[in-house]
Amino acid sequence: MAEKLTSVGLDIGTTSTQMIVSELTIENQASSFAVPELTIADRKILYRSPVHFTPLLDAQRMDAPALGKLIREEYEKAGLRREDVDTGAVIITGETSRKENARAVLGEIADLAGDFVVAAAGPDLESVLAAKGAGAESYSAQTGKTVLHMDIGGGTSNLALIREGKITATGCLNVGGRLVKLTKAGEVTYVSPVLNGLTDIRVGEVLTRDRAGELCQMLTRALEMAAGLREKDTLLAALTTGGTAALPLPGTEGEKITLSFSGGVADCIAGERYWQEFGDLGPTLGTCIRESRLCRGEYRVGTETIRATVIGAGCHSAQLSGSTVYTQNIAFPLKNIPAVPLLDREPGLGQRIQRALTMQDGPGVLALPGIQSPGYHEVTALAEEIAVGIPEGPVYVCLEADMAQALGQSLAARLGPQRPILCLDRVKLTQGAYLDVAAPVGPAVPVVVKTLVLSTQG
Amino acid sequence: MNKQELSAMVARLLSEMGQEPMVKGGDYRPRSPGPEHGDTGYREGDFVPDVTALDLRKLYLTEDPAEPDRFRRLKERTPARLGCGKAGARYKTLTMLRFRADHAAAQDTVFSQVAEDFAARNGMVELKTRCRSKDEYLTRPDLGRSFDEENKAKLRAAVPGTPRVQIVVGDGLSSAAITANAMDCLEAIREGLKLRGIDAGTPVFVRYCRVGAGDAVGDVTGCEVVCVLVGERPGLVTDKSMSAYITYKPHTGVLESSRTVVSNIHAQGTPAVEAGAHIAGLIGTILEKKVSGVGLHLEAGA
Repeated sequence: MAEKLTSVGLDIGTTSTQMIVSELTIENQASSFAVPELTIADRKILYRSPVHFTPLLDAQRMDAPALGKLIREEYEKAGLRREDVDTGAVIITGETSRKENARAVLGEIADLAGDFVVAAAGPDLESVLAAKGAGAESYSAQTGKTVLHMDIGGGTSNLALIREGKITATGCLNVGGRLVKLTKAGEVTYVSPVLNGLTDIRVGEVLTRDRAGELCQMLTRALEMAAGLREKDTLLAALTTGGTAALPLPGTEGEKITLSFSGGVADCIAGERYWQEFGDLGPTLGTCIRESRLCRGEYRVGTETIRATVIGAGCHSAQLSGSTVYTQNIAFPLKNIPAVPLLDREPGLGQRIQRALTMQDGPGVLALPGIQSPGYHEVTALAEEIAVGIPEGPVYVCLEADMAQALGQSLAARLGPQRPILCLDRVKLTQGAYLDVAAPVGPAVPVVVKTLVLSTQG
Repeated sequence: MNKQELSAMVARLLSEMGQEPMVKGGDYRPRSPGPEHGDTGYREGDFVPDVTALDLRKLYLTEDPAEPDRFRRLKERTPARLGCGKAGARYKTLTMLRFRADHAAAQDTVFSQVAEDFAARNGMVELKTRCRSKDEYLTRPDLGRSFDEENKAKLRAAVPGTPRVQIVVGDGLSSAAITANAMDCLEAIREGLKLRGIDAGTPVFVRYCRVGAGDAVGDVTGCEVVCVLVGERPGLVTDKSMSAYITYKPHTGVLESSRTVVSNIHAQGTPAVEAGAHIAGLIGTILEKKVSGVGLHLEAGA
């Protein structure tokens, strides 16, 4: 059995907006004589859009109609209809996510893109998608190396630390190639507010190569500190994106780490460019990074650079649940269900479920670790607690341990055959996560775990 | 030339002549026996360790490995005996002992019995195939697939009418698998069937049971589907693995290709309850499509 899903990725970044269309192949990896085990076996990119400038009305607002037009045109060029799209993600990244109308634009575009294209934002998710899209995750899995991936875009640098192919920490710095913009003549037209107090470059001045170099060296020092390659000082905290993890990431200091780069600036690390080629800091920053401690040890430039995040969004945002799950009377797709993580091994679960879920505005998805290889009576006891505690309305349960189908049918026995029940496993949800669920593919369901937190700082 | 060298040479010469060597690997001693290298967790002067207590996923015996940490992490993902190192052309003593211990445990499992009161404790009638002992069960597979008149009568009395679904729990080649998994799995099947409006009937326990015993149960009860939960032949990784063989319209002589199988039901494989819920779904599909085994796969286009 091999099923195909069409997945769309849309990345609306500080500087660029891009789209890709990819095809995910889903296969059963288990033998015919065992319980099925579906996995995403292959990810093939069918279409890559050109790299567009993100349309902005002014420094505070995105141009939603222009963005909508751009996306409609790209769908047309890709030969894709809205209803052909099975899954995917629209992600607003970097400085763009701080624009006043980011949330409204995001919602609008997700609807435009297809039923199950999720809207997502947040630097942590961006870091994860970029590391996957640039092949850093699979590089680490294949070589066993500890990799620190940096996606250096226009407004931000997204960091992901990867051990043995697993992303263990993420972080974000306000370091990017377009924190300062110039005209052809070298006149400064924009200085990002994140540089307040860090530079005396002002709009209107004619920037010399030396002054640009000085600023870029400072930005590079911050990256070195974030990578644990330089003693940290106040600069690092000043450039750490609000609401993200403290840097350097735990475990980077004193360990042999392979650096990995993507984002538009990565192209300028790989090869020398004329410093004013793009009317920004990109080439200068790239040169500074190439000559810095970041590139003194082993480093790689991603299999994708400027497209890493969009490819992450298109190819790596969806995952599959376990292949024994339970659903009844669910109208797919489900979108933006907030996760309510609880521990199932502590007493008073029913009451805790009731308390936690009635606090939600709408239905939340109950996220439990579950029990490894449980006995039947452990399953029914858990079902009993959930049945007691769950408020009226649809029942969404998501477990880590492989027990969802047994628990689901046990819930159905208690709550009746009419009650909408969704019981998934092998998906981990943490506090603050949101779950989107597409219609089942064979015995599994594609899900997207995301954060919808739009950063308010900056 | 000492005695060991001599026996090794004789063995080699004999094997070159295409004959069975008199001296097998396990008995061979290297010329100057040295201590085991690699980290076994045991030191000079310790007692001989209980080799079965060692976690194989952590036991890494290769000497001077290039990337020990990576290999260790790989080993954690598989129960396979990797990174055993070697002594000359052979396993190390520890590896050999552990292999033999695991093999012995597997053999023990085959010969062990499901508890006398297992069926009664779980509310099932106990039947016995024509085998009179474990030895006979192992040497006469044909007898493990049929019942004498007394047991047929017992089955008829236990199962009223003509059930749609008949569940059979059978010891098979692993009593441990049945003790560990059968009831959890059975309860989950029962619940799943009930949800689909299907009566799970009256499960029975069969001692000295081969998969084919389900066909004989079909002959007697006329059930539409039989589901045999049976202990798998124990391997060197687990001795608690159970399978479910589900057959539409079972009868003596039914083709093996008409069985739908769910294997590897154990704590490290598919958990018993989850397998049970899955099996209930399969039984539902089989009743609906009126076909099982290869036919069902073709029907599903899988």
